Amino acid sequence: MSITLTIDGTEITVPEGTSVWDAAKQMGHDVPVLCHDEKLEPVGVCRMCVVEVEGARTLVASCVRECEEGMVVRTGSEVVERNRKTLTELLLADQPEESAREATTGDDQLFALARQYGIETPRFPAGNGRPVDDSSPVIAVDHQACILCDRCVRACDDIQSNLVIGRTGKGYSARIGFDLDNPMGASTCVECGECAAACPTGALINKPITVAIEPKPLKEIESVCPYCGVGCALTYKVDEEANKVVYAEGREDTANEARLCVKGRYGFDYATHKHRLTKPLIRKDAHYPKQALTGAMQRKDDGTRTNGVYPDYEKALGAFREATWDEALELVASKLSAIRDEHGGDALAGFGSAKCSNEEAYLFQKMIRAVFKTNNVDHCTRLCHASSVAALLETIGSGAVTTVYNDIRNADVALVTGSNATANHPVAATFFKEAARNGTKLIIVNPHRPELADHGEYVRLRPGGDVAFYNAIMNVILEEGLEDRAYIEQYTENFDALKETVARYTPEIAAPMCGIEPDKIREIAITIGKANAFLVFWGMGISQHLHGTDNARSLISLCLMTGNVGRPGTGLHPLRGQNNVQGASDAGLIPMVFPDYAPVEDPEVRAKYEAAWNVGLDPNPGMTVVEIAHAAEEGSLKGMYIMGENPFLSDPNVQRARDAFMNLDFLVVQDIFLTETAEVADVVLPATSYFEKTGTFTNTDRRVQLGQTALTPPGEARLDWEILCDVMTRMGYPQSYERIEDVFIEFSDLTESYKGLRYEHLLGRGKLWPCPDPENSEGEVVLFGDGFPTPTGRGKFSPAEVLPPEEMPDADFPFILNTGRTLQHWHTGSMTRRAKALDAINPEAFCEVHPEDLAALGVEDGGMVRLSTRRNSIRVKARASTKTSKGSVFIPFHYREASANLLTSDALDPFGKIPAFKFSALKVEPA
Amino acid sequence: MAKKRYPETKILSKNFDKENSWTFDVARENGAYTMFEKALKEMTPDQVIEEVKTSRLRGRGGAGFPTGVKWSFVPKDVDKPKYLALNADESEPGTFKDRWLMELDPHMVLEGCLICAYATGLSTIYIYVRGEYPLSQERLWGAIREAEEKGFLGENIQGSGFSCNAYVHTGAGAYICGEETGLLESLEGKRGHPRIKPPFPAVEGAFGCPTVINNVETLAHVPWIIEHGGEAFAKQGIAPDPDNPRSNGSTGTKLFGVSGDIKTPGCWEFEFGITVKELLYDYAGGPLDGREIKAVIPGGLSMPVLTADELDVPMGFDDLVKVGSGLGTACAIVMDDTCCMVEASENIAHFFADESCGQCTPCREGCHWMEKIFKKFNANQGTRSDLDLLEGLFVNIEGRTICALADAAVWPLRSIIRKFRHEFVAKMTPEEQAAEKEAQAEKARETAGVS
Ligand SMILES: Cc1cc2nc3c(=O)[nH]c(=O)nc-3n(C[C@H](O)[C@H](O)[C@H](O)COP(=O)(O)O)c2cc1C
Ligand code: SF4
Ligand code: SF4
Ligand code: SF4
Ligand code: FES
Repeated sequence: MSITLTIDGTEITVPEGTSVWDAAKQMGHDVPVLCHDEKLEPVGVCRMCVVEVEGARTLVASCVRECEEGMVVRTGSEVVERNRKTLTELLLADQPEESAREATTGDDQLFALARQYGIETPRFPAGNGRPVDDSSPVIAVDHQACILCDRCVRACDDIQSNLVIGRTGKGYSARIGFDLDNPMGASTCVECGECAAACPTGALINKPITVAIEPKPLKEIESVCPYCGVGCALTYKVDEEANKVVYAEGREDTANEARLCVKGRYGFDYATHKHRLTKPLIRKDAHYPKQALTGAMQRKDDGTRTNGVYPDYEKALGAFREATWDEALELVASKLSAIRDEHGGDALAGFGSAKCSNEEAYLFQKMIRAVFKTNNVDHCTRLCHASSVAALLETIGSGAVTTVYNDIRNADVALVTGSNATANHPVAATFFKEAARNGTKLIIVNPHRPELADHGEYVRLRPGGDVAFYNAIMNVILEEGLEDRAYIEQYTENFDALKETVARYTPEIAAPMCGIEPDKIREIAITIGKANAFLVFWGMGISQHLHGTDNARSLISLCLMTGNVGRPGTGLHPLRGQNNVQGASDAGLIPMVFPDYAPVEDPEVRAKYEAAWNVGLDPNPGMTVVEIAHAAEEGSLKGMYIMGENPFLSDPNVQRARDAFMNLDFLVVQDIFLTETAEVADVVLPATSYFEKTGTFTNTDRRVQLGQTALTPPGEARLDWEILCDVMTRMGYPQSYERIEDVFIEFSDLTESYKGLRYEHLLGRGKLWPCPDPENSEGEVVLFGDGFPTPTGRGKFSPAEVLPPEEMPDADFPFILNTGRTLQHWHTGSMTRRAKALDAINPEAFCEVHPEDLAALGVEDGGMVRLSTRRNSIRVKARASTKTSKGSVFIPFHYREASANLLTSDALDPFGKIPAFKFSALKVEPA
Repeated sequence: MAKKRYPETKILSKNFDKENSWTFDVARENGAYTMFEKALKEMTPDQVIEEVKTSRLRGRGGAGFPTGVKWSFVPKDVDKPKYLALNADESEPGTFKDRWLMELDPHMVLEGCLICAYATGLSTIYIYVRGEYPLSQERLWGAIREAEEKGFLGENIQGSGFSCNAYVHTGAGAYICGEETGLLESLEGKRGHPRIKPPFPAVEGAFGCPTVINNVETLAHVPWIIEHGGEAFAKQGIAPDPDNPRSNGSTGTKLFGVSGDIKTPGCWEFEFGITVKELLYDYAGGPLDGREIKAVIPGGLSMPVLTADELDVPMGFDDLVKVGSGLGTACAIVMDDTCCMVEASENIAHFFADESCGQCTPCREGCHWMEKIFKKFNANQGTRSDLDLLEGLFVNIEGRTICALADAAVWPLRSIIRKFRHEFVAKMTPEEQAAEKEAQAEKARETAGVS
């Protein structure tokens, strides 16, 4: 239905439901607004946008009033203008002398209106001084400047679904309030900054992170967040003179819809931290044999581990001397060549990084394969989703997500399992919460209660109970006849085997294994079975188990059985952890495959790469992350190149890994800081940070986006791809590219999924691979609507049995240890703990213990405990929390001073070769 | 006294004097629920609505909207629950008529609600009672329990197949929760922020479902209308103006209250037609000894004032509008010659500034600034431009906001400033007083010159 009305004498026809404001805007009338923001549901409170409607008793707020047939509207009559002027004057009377927004970003909308209406000094006496709230580390609150426009409330509630801000008081004493009117810094605020982004005045202002925010022209760099796999598109505002990012803004018209989390919005300053490496470093002779340099890296916990962040960084640096690039590169090339020539390529290995770009990942694996002559190349995907990828490749022939995170909007039921999405994929989580508000039923399955549980139905699974639970779910679905026969018939194979297996897992049998009541299992199974569109998101709670591959297989079977792949709102979405895990894997940073998951054993594939790279290649799959450490321990591995990874904190059973890597003849680390790993390097090469380079990054959605250079590198730090080319050249394999895009072109042309993509396509929203027609399409959102890229074209059911966990708790180690991450920190903290705001919000190591367990230990909330496993022990602060169940302890692994991975086990899942980070038998004692 | 007193007509108040009037037994003896039974058994819902339309019953909550018309807006075939929200918030200053009904005849109130529920096809009644009325709450809950016991509330009432339940919801002391959509928000457990209209509550009210909102007194009239017919009700009071097709008149009886500077404050029931003066002098006993009435707000606080010379007007919806005021809640507030109108203004402005929900800029900021300016006068610091500023504010507040609270603030204040300007001048600075005098003289000269 369309509606015709007259606005300022001209007729216009608009669709039913269009607001008068929108209609006027279409005609080019700029009706002033304060409370209205096109992204938010209008509330019509500021009354600035009022217009005259013929026949109406009152002036009408155009932002909330829908157009009506025959309406006659005047948007700029004298009455209306006089009203706007009075409102501006009233609001201005109470403002502080200077607008904090004018003084920073220079875009205070009230002050702009005051200028427009020529109001200098309001005739109304000044207000009564409302307070300033300086408690948040990132946002300055000045209640005096607040005009109660409600934008921050809606931004917090409706965009980020955090529900922190509300109103308090009434009448003139009305104010915004955080939670129950707490100071912002003491509230449940998660510092996403959406409110400050929405505020039109100086009431909510970003605090400076690097240099002062001033209303001067800044360079705008369209880029992508360097942290998690959500890959939020943003714009960095850069002060070129100071060579600093001043602030960050989410970009509209992107998958993240301009939303950011605290890391993306406030965590960019690590790039200019004083610890940045600026010169190549060579270990001093006096520091052989190698020893850990900083307290946190000491072998045994003598108490020095808990002494804060990077207290002895300078001391560690003292073990190295500065060198020229020429000297350092020559040393690297000669040492690695010598090992290769003497012991063969398999005595060498390399760790790339999921933090680096596709181009860097591609070049790195090329270097290892073509120059080091080995397939011993891996990266941290091994430690996060290797099992998921193994299961996906085995069953549906593709290791990536089948649909995007946003597609939850089309799902009527969504399962989020083994994922603490609000901390680890915060912006994706905002879409989950939003979907829940709009009617998508969320089912959250997790032993550790995630915040998302507040937005859906939560079931607390027993650690390790995944396979039993999902088998029982499938058992009920079959029992109830809720499987999708036609889909199974047309698109799958091996269904009988699955049927046979799950038949043995009735809810009654599974209940004691998974800790969930049979009736609850039935209820959830029926909800899933009856859903029209059902979508699964999973995180490392699924993958990081000894049986991680089986866990993922179960989820895949569940979707296949119910026909929930290949349609909007359905599918499989392993939430990828780091910004470029997907891309680094796509680019071949994996020991068994070349780019595009092409197996190294396949002669045809190998021939293709041998031709492309003009060199002979190793036909044997290489070693994975943990296998590499074990080879170093045992001595068969002699030299390593580590680019941007920090296994000294991230590897399981990390003391063993540290000892192993110290055993190497030669270790070169290319990084931006002297990481825990770099402490024991022979040569450290100063690399460029994310902000200093251009390259492509592929997020959890398969979305390829372009990150662009924002800053110039410090000192002599060099671009990573140039360093790699130099090393290759010096090792006898000359490499040079004119520009980084040439590396991308070489890579994409060797693949099917990236084929045809060029940088010019990757700005804006980026492209989802595969994208055969990048000129006209965003790429494939939903994959596999019509079969799978398997040999038979069918998805394969791969049934899983319940197996015991690798280490059973016993009388000595009665607890179960679960590891994970926090909202503010990322991976081993080398970046986030050097980001001022993130460190201020989350400064110290902790673990979470159930309050009853803590009481039984006689430890106060906030007291110290000693956590020990069969491998090692640490001292750490304990927080009482009912997020963990009784008998379980949760610890984030970011903290060098209490490294969780000293405790974890390096036993591996047999298929994905992923360690069981989520399950160790643990002892807890007061300390 | 030579003149005959305007007679009382006790319909709503017929049981007020009876002992234990609030109990089921006493109420039932006096006919409670018989009209509900009649409606259930003998009338279709549409017939009930027709009867109420015929009666020309207008809302007693202040706005005077025709009740039958409001009921007819409620959609019939919707796949949603429907609600009645009985507005028993009665927080208008000087107003205490609903309280009498709830405390002394809660069964009559409930019966009115039930007939409304039957007519509009709803099965849940929420009675939103102001927090400061504990006795009303107690008596209403008591009546609900008794009615449930006797089978007038609950499932399948009197075997008719009609089911209905009632609940009392207690307010927490905010004036704005008497505004119908503020009330709905509060009922839903949210802050009492009035909603943007449209959509109107009859279509999208409580919990997004169609909702009838009526005042206590409005619905208390309904049993009588069913008993005697809409025609009979329409014959009482003031008939519609035959020359004005949109006029609805002021039919039926009404509870009228008086408080303030008066000898015997109270509440009486009359047919519409009694004048303000009759009410104040014949029933409320006139001014205190040795005092003189200076100004009267005829209904609550939210209407323009009448001066002592303007009291010979009937207390009717249209009649008071004609003289530039309004009926409001029909509970008059009287100010005598000891009352300073500038102080009264500050008090009024303070009330509205404090009770504004704070959503709309004109209301939240405007009421506060009005209060500030009055404070300035009361400190003898007023200026003539302050009065102009106020006039400018009035224009830019009235009719600019989400709900009528802001209008309600403007109306009494603007009338006071216009009718009692001299009192404000007396509180200006000496220079300003002189300037005002000069300006008045100038104006007088001009008028003289022109004429
Ligand atoms: C600020 C404000 C306060 C109000 N307070 C009350 C009140 O306390 N009681 C009441 O019945 N109506 C009150 N109203 C009027 C209601 O909004 C509504 O018009 C009335 O409940 C409708 O019922 P009626 O049609 O039966 O009169 C108030 C209106 C406004 C604007
Ligand atoms: S803080 Fe800013 S966004 Fe929030 S209500 Fe106040 S002016 Fe509006
Ligand atoms: S959700 Fe992830 S990508 Fe987005 S801003 Fe946060 S850390 Fe960055
Ligand atoms: S007019 Fe006043 S009370 Fe009414 S909605 Fe607006 S701010 Fe609230
Ligand atoms: S912009 Fe429409 S009322 Fe605020």
